Amino acid sequence: MNQPASAYFMEDRHDPIETHTLSVLVQNEPGVLARVIGLFSGRGYNIESLTVSETENQKHVSRITIVTTGTPMVIEQIKHQLDRMIPVYRVVDMTLTGRSIERELAMVKLRGTGEHRVEALRLAEAFRARVIDATTESFVFEITGNSAKINQFIDLMRPLGLVEVSRTGVAAIVRGPEGM
Amino acid sequence: MSDTSHDPNQMTGAAMIVRALIDHGVKHIFGYPGGAVLPIYDELFQQSDVEHILVRHEQGAGHAAEGYARSTGKPGVVLVTSGPGATNMVTPLADALMDSIPLVCITGQVPTHLIGNDAFQECDTVGITRPCTKHNWLVRDVNDLAKVLHEAFYVASSGRPGPVVVDVPKDVQFATGTYHPPRKSDVHLSYTPRLKGDAGQIRKAVALLASARRPVIYSGGGVVNSGPEASRLLRELVEVTGFPITSTLMGLGAYPASGKNWLGMLGMHGTYEANMAMHDCDVMLCVGARFDDRITGRTDAFSPNSKKIHIDIDPSSINKNIRVDVPIIGDCANVLGDLLQVFKAEAKRPDIKPWWQEVAKWRARNSLSYKKNSDIILPQYAIERLFELTRGRDTYITTEVGQHQMWAAQFFGFEEPHRWMTSGGLGTMGYGLPAAVGVQVAHRDSLVIDIAGDASVQMTMQEMSTAIQYELPIKIFILNNQYMGMVRQWQQLLHGNRLSHTYSEALPDFVKLADAFGCVGIRATKPGDLDGAIQEMIDVRRPVLFDCRVAALENCFPMIPSGKAHNEMLLPAEANDEATAAAFAGGKALV
Repeated sequence: MNQPASAYFMEDRHDPIETHTLSVLVQNEPGVLARVIGLFSGRGYNIESLTVSETENQKHVSRITIVTTGTPMVIEQIKHQLDRMIPVYRVVDMTLTGRSIERELAMVKLRGTGEHRVEALRLAEAFRARVIDATTESFVFEITGNSAKINQFIDLMRPLGLVEVSRTGVAAIVRGPEGM
Repeated sequence: MSDTSHDPNQMTGAAMIVRALIDHGVKHIFGYPGGAVLPIYDELFQQSDVEHILVRHEQGAGHAAEGYARSTGKPGVVLVTSGPGATNMVTPLADALMDSIPLVCITGQVPTHLIGNDAFQECDTVGITRPCTKHNWLVRDVNDLAKVLHEAFYVASSGRPGPVVVDVPKDVQFATGTYHPPRKSDVHLSYTPRLKGDAGQIRKAVALLASARRPVIYSGGGVVNSGPEASRLLRELVEVTGFPITSTLMGLGAYPASGKNWLGMLGMHGTYEANMAMHDCDVMLCVGARFDDRITGRTDAFSPNSKKIHIDIDPSSINKNIRVDVPIIGDCANVLGDLLQVFKAEAKRPDIKPWWQEVAKWRARNSLSYKKNSDIILPQYAIERLFELTRGRDTYITTEVGQHQMWAAQFFGFEEPHRWMTSGGLGTMGYGLPAAVGVQVAHRDSLVIDIAGDASVQMTMQEMSTAIQYELPIKIFILNNQYMGMVRQWQQLLHGNRLSHTYSEALPDFVKLADAFGCVGIRATKPGDLDGAIQEMIDVRRPVLFDCRVAALENCFPMIPSGKAHNEMLLPAEANDEATAAAFAGGKALV
């Protein structure tokens, strides 16, 4: 049936899905990360990437960076829902500032010998990836950059003997002199 | 004796809890003892400032505290033990979160060294209650306890009110530490609810209101939560502007039902005039309501031609379901006060006579009419009689959830806020009886009536014992149709009249049950006996179970069916089998 017989109306909204990076300053206390994650799972929001670490030790302030997707209305909801949590100081939509720098670090392990090793080193140099561990049959590269660059690097490494990848997730900051 | 024993602020964690209750002016708490809260119960035993009401099930304590809170405007306080004590509180906490009721729930926890060990009566209370509280705390150090308790009271009752949980391990209750009275620094720096509305936005709102030709005010539970001043200002605003006003289920009483601008409740079972006014208006002023799905119906057809102003204390309520043109974030009383001031100084009351004429036409449809019957008591009639016979008394009404709840909202006229306690958001069957207990504890001499259904009332029936133990003369007015009426109504309308498990073949004899509990049982089966029976219920100063036998298959109208818009209501006069079938034709995907 096309028309649901109910008080609720199943809406087909065709608003575009956007990707936004949010920086959230929180009081670093037990359970704060669980609150944030619980909000996303409980209300059905997406998490593409999430990083968290204490950034101001004296004040016990942590910074959580979340990359999320949704319609503009959902993104607005996510920000308000985060902001009303008791231990949350501030929520800044880095994507809306238009001036944010986003970086991710990845460690990429490769196994191989001969021509593949040489090719991998050559590509690593082009991507400014560093060798942080090496054996006669393997390398671990460290690479920093935005997510697209890292994805590209990983794609190139795949045929050269990629074993595994460990990524930190996105950290973001706004350009210019002002803090959040 | 050690030196510290002379410091009056040195005390055990358990003593701190009782002391904090006293410092926050708490007179009554609702609770149930158990292993992990024994030290607190020991402290309660040795004082007389705080009266403890012993319930029969922790859920009862939670709903009683909700009733207490909603009828007084003060936070309700609950004390329960760890494990099952805490999990039994989950429903009232979720209920209070949905309806923005301030609750402070103190739970016992196993000693800190046993946490995570699957100890006896251990559960992850803060984990389980995180999504159904405004905030919660596990206190691991007795020296943090005072701060956390004070913050708990502040968080529960400030901003958008809500339930909080403080989980206190047993060793923390025994440990000795330093107490301090409430102070500002107890609260998270990150928690700063906004109370005052933006002046620019208020100006924009006034300009819209002054230019309106077909305005409507739509108010909600936020007005009640804000306090009596908000209701007073709302009434003044209606007076000054001359606008029609409707309200959500939660907001009933903020504007008096006898007021001449009152349209009745809106939404799924609201009046025709209220819903039509919402649909056809050009300016909508929403005060402390949240555009819930029971209000909006189909959102893409919701009030399509109006400019919308939304006053709410919670920024996350803005643009959640419905896009609004002028959001104003702040406390209702605060914003209404400013708005009135600007309106009176700068605006003129618009001429909306033609709009009132349209409203009059909708009113004339008489959407709450029902066919009278002299043989069987109709539920609508029972509520009407109850209302008439309690008129002018100091009355508080609670309800369970279902058809009886909607009939109560439609046929009982509320003149004041804080007089109507119902589970709106979560829709908790079993709310009303314990809520009545809580209301009666707060208002000993008032008439407290739980308008109940036969199915709902059995969910928390055990609290009749509580009422009897504390001599709380609550009246449980059961509209007994032997069905889970609202579920059955949906089965009739949406599921081909297949009444799957909505008939209670075995019901207790409520009159005998009353006898067993030690209260008064009254039964009415004929319309002619009803007034006398209700009068008897009102006059007796004891708890009453009133078994009101009503027409079994009566349904609740008007109703917005089938993902329809406000202007497509099904009225009782038109709800014959054919029209109903047509209105509800289609799928049945959702609730």
